[in-house]
Amino acid sequence: MELTRRTLLQGAAAGALLAVSGLPTLAAIDELVIAYNVNLPSWDPTVGPSAVNPTIQGLYQSVFDQFILQQPDLKPAPGILTEWGWNEDKTQVWMMVREGVTWHDGSPLTAEDVAWSLARAANPDSGNPINFIWSTLTNHRTEGNIVMADVKQFDPTIFKWMYFLTGYVMPKAYFEKVGADGFEAAPIGSGPYMVDKFERNAFVRLKAYPNYWGTKPEFETVTIKFVTDATARVAEVESGSAHVTLEMPYEEYDRLKGKLNGVAAPISDIGMIFLNDTDVMKDPNVRKAAAHAIDKQTIIDRLMSGYGVKIDTLQTPQYDAYDPSITVAYDPAKAVELLAASGYSLDKPVKFKIQTTKGFKPKDYEVIQAIVGLWRKVGIEAEIEVYEIAKHYELRAADTLAPAAFYNWGNSVGDPTTSTGFAMFGPSPHSVWDGEDLIAKIAPLWGEKDEGKRILGWQEVDRTIAEDALVIPLLQYVQPILSAKGVTVTPHASGALLPQLMKRG
Amino acid sequence: MQIFRTLLLRLATTAVTLVGAAVIVFFVIRVVPGNPIAMMLPPGATEDDIRRLTALYGFDKSIPEQFVIWAGGVLSGDFGMSITARQPVLDLVLGRLPATLELSLMALVIAVFIGGVSALTGTRERGTRIEAAIDVSNGMALSVPDFLWGLILVLVFGVAFPIFHISGRITPSLDLPFATNFYLIESVIRLRFDLWLDLVSHMLLPALALAIPLAAIISQLLKQSLKETMHLDYVTLSRTKGYGETHVITREALPNAILPTLTLVGVQFTFLIGGTVIIERLFSYEGLGNMAIDAVINRDLPLIQGIVLLFALIFTGVNLAVDLLYAVLNPRLRHA
Repeated sequence: MELTRRTLLQGAAAGALLAVSGLPTLAAIDELVIAYNVNLPSWDPTVGPSAVNPTIQGLYQSVFDQFILQQPDLKPAPGILTEWGWNEDKTQVWMMVREGVTWHDGSPLTAEDVAWSLARAANPDSGNPINFIWSTLTNHRTEGNIVMADVKQFDPTIFKWMYFLTGYVMPKAYFEKVGADGFEAAPIGSGPYMVDKFERNAFVRLKAYPNYWGTKPEFETVTIKFVTDATARVAEVESGSAHVTLEMPYEEYDRLKGKLNGVAAPISDIGMIFLNDTDVMKDPNVRKAAAHAIDKQTIIDRLMSGYGVKIDTLQTPQYDAYDPSITVAYDPAKAVELLAASGYSLDKPVKFKIQTTKGFKPKDYEVIQAIVGLWRKVGIEAEIEVYEIAKHYELRAADTLAPAAFYNWGNSVGDPTTSTGFAMFGPSPHSVWDGEDLIAKIAPLWGEKDEGKRILGWQEVDRTIAEDALVIPLLQYVQPILSAKGVTVTPHASGALLPQLMKRG
Repeated sequence: MQIFRTLLLRLATTAVTLVGAAVIVFFVIRVVPGNPIAMMLPPGATEDDIRRLTALYGFDKSIPEQFVIWAGGVLSGDFGMSITARQPVLDLVLGRLPATLELSLMALVIAVFIGGVSALTGTRERGTRIEAAIDVSNGMALSVPDFLWGLILVLVFGVAFPIFHISGRITPSLDLPFATNFYLIESVIRLRFDLWLDLVSHMLLPALALAIPLAAIISQLLKQSLKETMHLDYVTLSRTKGYGETHVITREALPNAILPTLTLVGVQFTFLIGGTVIIERLFSYEGLGNMAIDAVINRDLPLIQGIVLLFALIFTGVNLAVDLLYAVLNPRLRHA
């Protein structure tokens, strides 16, 4: 077909027709559009698998309030609870509920709602996966705007769980009126945004709640599109179809951060290698050699474009028990020496399997490939097995992981119990290290009432773990976020992308 | 009679196929690694917690027992509850099915149109550079998988020349008056062409990505059939009667040449629906395929079972429809 004036005009007309069909524009950001990396399967933030999925907590926190507010640096702040604490002998807890807060249907949020939410979470039939934490409190009751409960079993982290997984205040009267299905269809919370429209697997449209008790969000309307493919997310923000997106390959982030606003801040997720106390991993020389042979900083610089923070314990610098004096040096000569002491050498390497995911976390497989390459240089021959994350969970729960297994661990409250504790305490279903010495060291810390002593205790545990190489911490992840010029995003160290923390400018 | 016999036979085999698919999917997804309970275990969960959660979701029973309970439910229309969405599986899959069907049908229409036009053009221009260009294009279309076409379309029409939407099914800010989830069809019925245009603008790229390889297959097969038919005596006769080449191809040769293509389109349509799994993911399209991937990632066993069973139903249904259509169109079968 010849390109004539007529065909050119016809083409232009067709283009104009499509242009008016509703493609978003960045000219005036009245409605903020976020391309989010995961779907939201369910609206109740306290039950089912979604409740313990860290990647969707940001969506929940836009609509629901947690008992205690968590600031972007992971520190707690007054939220629905303005004050909280234990009585002197720590047999009771008390919580003061903020007055003047309303649910999205206009009804008042009361101490009764808080007490009911806590009791519901503690009920084993509710489907709350964290039920075992909430059930350490019992006999919930209210006095005015104070909620009190008896401590059935002292847990020093109970208030930290109030800004962690499933720690949400739910509307008692509304929930009882509409039931679980009704709530799923029309959820209400007391958070900064109300649910305006929700299409499963597609998007959620939020409207700012005019009577929100906290700082009013800057954007009146926010559409969160669920764009699970990283390439599509980059295309969304690059084309202007979305204003904000997150979790793209670091190379793409570097390519676009000049054209768009970019922020890349460390979050509470870490990459680590579980060592299972089976086979050759029972030999401390092998474990220590494996730890000393890894050049973490070079891996971060070369593979992750510098986006990562080297760590030597399961604590990141933002965590409560972080101790910068605990280090594990990159020392290949020492690794060779340690292996030689156990009869291994380059000619007679120690052999074991290492399991890893591929594409579940940024460069996970490539990082393990690099580590295996570094190990080979000192006399460790590791065979890589790629598995799905679901298989990892199953193997870990059954304590049948390979001698080494790569994983990422999230701990957005920064407490040592929810990092070192659950990852390394033998009886925990998440730990594959069953050494009695470590169990004996950790056990008393679960119920330690003196906070200073507790943190020091965990630091000692971390030191033992590092010295004996019972796990190999690798890096703290950095979360890349891209936003359109004209939108500023405040990153949250938990990794939650919160529209209420986004501003114009 | 032949048609009725064919229908009865196919209905019987369809039922057997569905039962087989149900059995296979039920047992296979329980054997492959990945336990949904292990995935939702919180840090610090005890053996009691694990037992409680396992019982809560019904995984404490033996696999045959679980199958009997599930199969009994399916027969009474209860496909169970999704573990992640905490909604009835049937509601979820039926809610998403229209989106996938509309996308697949749109892709099919595009594929038939492109494939048909290029086959007719190639036949009319046989032996010329135009036919060679069509053959080269078909080869390229077939050698690139649909998801790669999707990526190319996203980059060209989503980023370089942002003309079309690259995610979703409809613009979220639009108010939808629809009573069903067949948005595209209902927008036409309600004469809401603004919504129709928005839907098409969202669906065009994923549909095109799905359609391109199928269009090439249709084009090649139809062109080949037409070429063979063009040498038959009755076609030569129609030429001698003075009919033009276009008339000879479309009116005389095409009705006979189209039968093998029709069979192929039916078979390929089922593959096309299967292809929506990746394409829907890439374009964040809210269909069954996108939901299927999430269900697999989350090991949402009841939802996986529901989706696979529905896919099996669609596949067997489409094959049955094609067979019947073939029987109706084929005079040898019709008059047997």
